[in-house]
Amino acid sequence: MASPRPEARLEPWKDPAAEPYVRIEKVTKKFGDFVAVHQVSLKIYRGEIFCLLGASGCGKTTLLRMLAGFEQPSEGRIWIDGTDMTGIPPYERPVNMMFQSYALFPHMTVEQNVAFGLKQDGVPKAEIRERVAAMLDLVKLTPFAGRRPHQLSGGQRQRVALARSLIKQPKLLLLDEPLGALDKKLREHTQFELVNLQEKLGVTFVVVTHDQEEAMTLASRIGVMDHGEIVQVGTPSDIYEYPNSRFVADFIGSVNLFEGTLIEDEPDYVRVSAAELGGTFYVSHGVSAPPNATVWVALRPEKITISREQPAGDEDNRVQGVVAEIAYLGDMSIYLVRLATGRTVRITQPNIRRQAAVSAERITWDEEVWLSWDAASPVVVTQ
Amino acid sequence: MVAQGGPSTLFLAGLRGWIRAFGPYRWASDRMKDWGIGGRTLVIGIPYLWLLLFFLVPFIIVFKISLSDVRLGMPPYEPVIQWVDSQVIGIRMNLANYAFLFEDPLYRNAYLNSIKVAAISTLLCLLIGYPLAYGIARTGASWRNLLLLLVMLPFWTSFLLRVYAWIGLLGRNSPFNQLLLSLGIIDQPISLLQTDIAVYIGIVYSYLPFMVLPLYANLEKMDITLLEAAADLGCRPTKAFLTITLPLSMPGIIAGSLLVFIPAVGEFVIPALLGGPDSLMIGRVLWEEFFNNRDWPVASAVAIAMLLLLVVPIMWFQYAQARQVGVHR
Repeated sequence: MASPRPEARLEPWKDPAAEPYVRIEKVTKKFGDFVAVHQVSLKIYRGEIFCLLGASGCGKTTLLRMLAGFEQPSEGRIWIDGTDMTGIPPYERPVNMMFQSYALFPHMTVEQNVAFGLKQDGVPKAEIRERVAAMLDLVKLTPFAGRRPHQLSGGQRQRVALARSLIKQPKLLLLDEPLGALDKKLREHTQFELVNLQEKLGVTFVVVTHDQEEAMTLASRIGVMDHGEIVQVGTPSDIYEYPNSRFVADFIGSVNLFEGTLIEDEPDYVRVSAAELGGTFYVSHGVSAPPNATVWVALRPEKITISREQPAGDEDNRVQGVVAEIAYLGDMSIYLVRLATGRTVRITQPNIRRQAAVSAERITWDEEVWLSWDAASPVVVTQ
Repeated sequence: MVAQGGPSTLFLAGLRGWIRAFGPYRWASDRMKDWGIGGRTLVIGIPYLWLLLFFLVPFIIVFKISLSDVRLGMPPYEPVIQWVDSQVIGIRMNLANYAFLFEDPLYRNAYLNSIKVAAISTLLCLLIGYPLAYGIARTGASWRNLLLLLVMLPFWTSFLLRVYAWIGLLGRNSPFNQLLLSLGIIDQPISLLQTDIAVYIGIVYSYLPFMVLPLYANLEKMDITLLEAAADLGCRPTKAFLTITLPLSMPGIIAGSLLVFIPAVGEFVIPALLGGPDSLMIGRVLWEEFFNNRDWPVASAVAIAMLLLLVVPIMWFQYAQARQVGVHR
């Protein structure tokens, strides 16, 4: 191959020849009897924004701290840029970290905080001044250069922390819940700023977050963690549309999960009978599971159509129920529909037209409705 | 929120209502309101009243004595203010006692020596106390309280007894001497008693907890992630200690140093028991003036001068504390 295909450059993980920038191999971390990280293997490529996503206590921060060098793996190895990091202390790693609490030095000004990393490397004073000024300009903090951290707002502190961790131009930046302490509006704004900055500077980001929305917006790939293990790695759309387990399906977004039995298993489709649904799913993808195995069908709320009329087509992928709850959220509405089996199904529908204009035709409480979905929408998971 | 009151809250509310309805309480609180005294004034006022009675008034009395003349008799000084012919108030102020302090080199040397001894002891306490406090602050929570208790344990014995114990430990027949003799390291027993070294040992030993406790309180609060951040930015542990831990623990260092320095300047018992005749400290001079020479006016002048000498560091302490509050706001 003379030159990599364009998508291989954008999605280096698809290129088997690509050299990972960070290679984590079978890393385990134990604190006493407690296993915080268990047999994690990952490859992270240059220029990626890789998000470690999981609930609190799932081991994602421990994994990040092992990359930074604050913790040593109990087993396994970590390579960064081809160098084995075993036994290398944090102050000798080509890595910088942005801490969840920001960890700004309270006795130093913004300028001194940002300059700290360069001072450690013995960079000449004039150059430090120049680079700090440029960095403060980049994060729009120039007017605050002389202030102490306690005189800044949360958003400004976050930008100081970011500037301080970027000043040494690290090849790999670790971010621990970078937007956790910001309010919602500021968070959305900062998310896009972070992505822009990352593209501008060409740094590889490893981000730890428990916020799936944050992971979806930031990440080139997401690694979902649960109980110290990586359960799925993929692009945000992979993770959302093709979860590989009930845990992932349930963790990312909201989902209707139905337990069922595999009654037909062909290479290009499966049919699942689900007692809770009171019907059958016809799913247009194959599953590698023995016949009559118990499987779970995951169906996203936005992929279900709700209507008064009986949909055309055969018996699969449709069911009748009664509207139990409606929540109007402005941009969309959530319907909870109770099926004959007693199971409640969640459906979200975008409010394409203004509500007042269509009040007569609007579906309302206690109405009998039909739910239907496309054969490509449900996902069958076996674990 | 209304339904949150448990039985105990209800009981307290009932008790409060009962007290309010109680006659004498109502009468007293009404009278105080008439005089413009609320609960807040009362809470602030009581300690001030205490200080007025037991600090300011005695200070004024001592100051008055320092301005008078010696005489034989009881009390051993002339009154400063007196009625002349039952008509005129005569005030005789005698500043000679203060002038005497400057003239006689004994006092100047005693002051300077006290400050020197206190300063060196403070430095020694800091050098020993800082690592100790740092170690305790970084120990696991289960051991920390035990170690702190061990630091405070000597307070459970009388200060005087502990200083007396050092006489036995520093004398010719001390266990140290016997050990060193039996090991053949020395052939003559060494006595440290009645030397400056003994005074330093006594002061450092007695005041070490006053250094350790404020330092511990400060170091224990410190955010460890700051050191991780420093390491992450390429800072080695020793340098991180010097650039992060040490500056951040400055309020603790100042508090501990003043808690050691101020009482050490006026220390009397330790130099009297462990020091030699030439280890001159102002506390001892004060004692001798009062009880041996029975020159109360000069003794009072010595006391007032010492107080002024100590007020400066106290003011500095206040200033440092106010600044610390500003930083952590």
